[in-house]
Amino acid sequence: MSVRSTITTQFQQVAIEQERQLSPLSDELKLVQSGLDSLSFAIIVARLEDSLGIDPFNTTEAVEFPVTFGDFVRLYENFAK
Amino acid sequence: MRGTQGIVALRDLESGSAFGAELESLRDRCVLIATRDQLTAALALLELDGVARRIILCTPDLKADYLPGIVSTAGADACVLDADSPLAGALELPVRVVIAPRLKPLSAQRPRRPAPTEWVLLTSGTTGAPKLVLHTLASLTFALAGQALPATPVTWSTFYDIRRYGGLQIFLRAVHLGSLVLSDPNEAVADFFGRVAAAGVTHISGTPSHWRKALMSGLTARIAPGYVRLSGEIPDQGVLDGLKAAYPQAMVAHAFASTEAGVAFEVRDGLAGFPVELVGAAGSRVELKVDEDTLRIRSGGTAQRYLGDGAEPLRGPDGFVDTGDRVEARNGRYYFLGRRGGVINVGGLKVHPEEVEAVLNSHPWVRLSLVRPRRNPITGAVVSAEVVVKDAEGAAAPPAAADLVRELTERCRQALPAHKVPAMIRIVPSLEISPSGKLVRPNA
Repeated sequence: MSVRSTITTQFQQVAIEQERQLSPLSDELKLVQSGLDSLSFAIIVARLEDSLGIDPFNTTEAVEFPVTFGDFVRLYENFAK
Repeated sequence: MRGTQGIVALRDLESGSAFGAELESLRDRCVLIATRDQLTAALALLELDGVARRIILCTPDLKADYLPGIVSTAGADACVLDADSPLAGALELPVRVVIAPRLKPLSAQRPRRPAPTEWVLLTSGTTGAPKLVLHTLASLTFALAGQALPATPVTWSTFYDIRRYGGLQIFLRAVHLGSLVLSDPNEAVADFFGRVAAAGVTHISGTPSHWRKALMSGLTARIAPGYVRLSGEIPDQGVLDGLKAAYPQAMVAHAFASTEAGVAFEVRDGLAGFPVELVGAAGSRVELKVDEDTLRIRSGGTAQRYLGDGAEPLRGPDGFVDTGDRVEARNGRYYFLGRRGGVINVGGLKVHPEEVEAVLNSHPWVRLSLVRPRRNPITGAVVSAEVVVKDAEGAAAPPAAADLVRELTERCRQALPAHKVPAMIRIVPSLEISPSGKLVRPNA
C-alpha cells in the first residue's frame, strides 16, 4: 500500500472510531476543517508510526506542521524517501 | 515451615538453633541477613529477634552495588549468610555466620535483650538505592495483635518472598498461629502448587500479578484454599472475580499495606476498592484519611522512620504516612487511581493507567494488561495498551487478535472518555512481572 493510501485509510478509520464526520479528503482540504480533533490526529500519527515505521515529527530538524491534507501526505512521503 | 531446601518445626527452636553456639557472637550487634534461601532467612529472623540490636533484612534481588551504602547507613557489623548467598563475596564485616536450614542442639540459655530488636526492611524503590525502613516486631505485628486464634489449624503459603513487607506479614501470621509453605522464585507454578496442596494450605496470599499468572497457568484447581489474599498491588474486579470463580469456597480478600505505612485494611466483600466508611472512622486502630487525593495512614503498624542522615521524614507532622496512592470516591467506595506521578497526560487531560487497565481486564478474554504513555507530537502523549489473552478453554477459543482489539477498543469507548481510550492495543504473549511480584511499569 502506498504512503498516501495508508494515510487515507487511517484518517477514515480514526474518524469512524472517534465518531467524527470526516470531510472528503483532497490535497487542498485544511486539516482544521477535516472534522478531526487533536486527539484524532494524535492517534493517526501514532498508528502511522506503527504501520509506516516513521514519525516525521520526531526529528532534530524543524518540522513544518502540515496545514492541508496534501501537506500531511507530502511530509510522510518525503520523510519515507 | 516448609521451604524448597527443607522443613523446620518451629517448636524445635525452643531447644535448637540454626546458629548453635555462634548465636552469641551476634548478640547486641547490627546483623545483616543476606541469605539466598527464605527458610534460612526465616530462621535468622526468629532467632535474632531479642538477641541482635538490629536486624537488616536484605531483599532477594538486592544488587551488590547497594550493599556498602546499606551497611554504613544501618551500621551493620555482622552478617548471616547461607551456602549459596549471592552477596557473600560483597560483604566484609567483623562477624560472619553461615547457617543451614537445620537445627543444632542449643544447651545454653538465650536471654532476651531488655530493649526490643530493631527490624530494618528495604523497600523496592522504583529507581536507585533501596530505602531503609525502621520497624520493631511490635509495629510489624500490629495488625495481628488482638486477633483471636483460629478454631482449626491454619497453614499459610505465599507467592511473596518473606523478605518483602507483604511476605513478611504472612510469615509473622504463620509464626503467630500456624505453619507456612515458602515459595521459591525459580519454582514453576505447578511445583509450587504441588507443595501447597501436599501441605494442605488453607490460607494463601500473593499480588494480583502473582494471581493472574496462577490463573493463566490453568492449575488453580490443584489447590483448595479457604482464604485467598491479594496485596501489594491494586486488584481490579477482573482478578477478584477470576479468583472467586476458581475458588468458590474461599474468602477472597484484598489488603492494603506498605512497608512504611503498615497494614491499613482488608476488604472481604469481593469488590475492588474499599468502603468510604473506612476513611475518618473514629476510634479505629488504623486511621485513614484522604488529603490531596492520596491515601494517608496512621497506626501502631507504621514504621518509625527512614534510616540515614538527611533521609526524608517518613511520617507527616500529624503522624500520618502518605502512601502516594491516589484514590477517588465513587458511589460510596474509594477506588485506587494509581500512584501519584504515574499519570499519563494526554493533551492536558489526565489518565491513570489503572483505570484503563480495569476496563481492559473486564473483558472475558483478557488476563492482564499494561497501559502506558506513548510519546506523541500532537498531544504530548497518547494512551497505549498491551494485553495478554487467556488461553483457550476446551471448545472456547479467544477471538482473533484483530477482533479482540476491536472489542476492547469498543469496550473502552463505552466506559471511558475519548482521551482515555487506548490509541493502540497490542496483543502480547506476556508482560514483565518484577521480582516483587508487581507489573513492571517501564515509564512509571
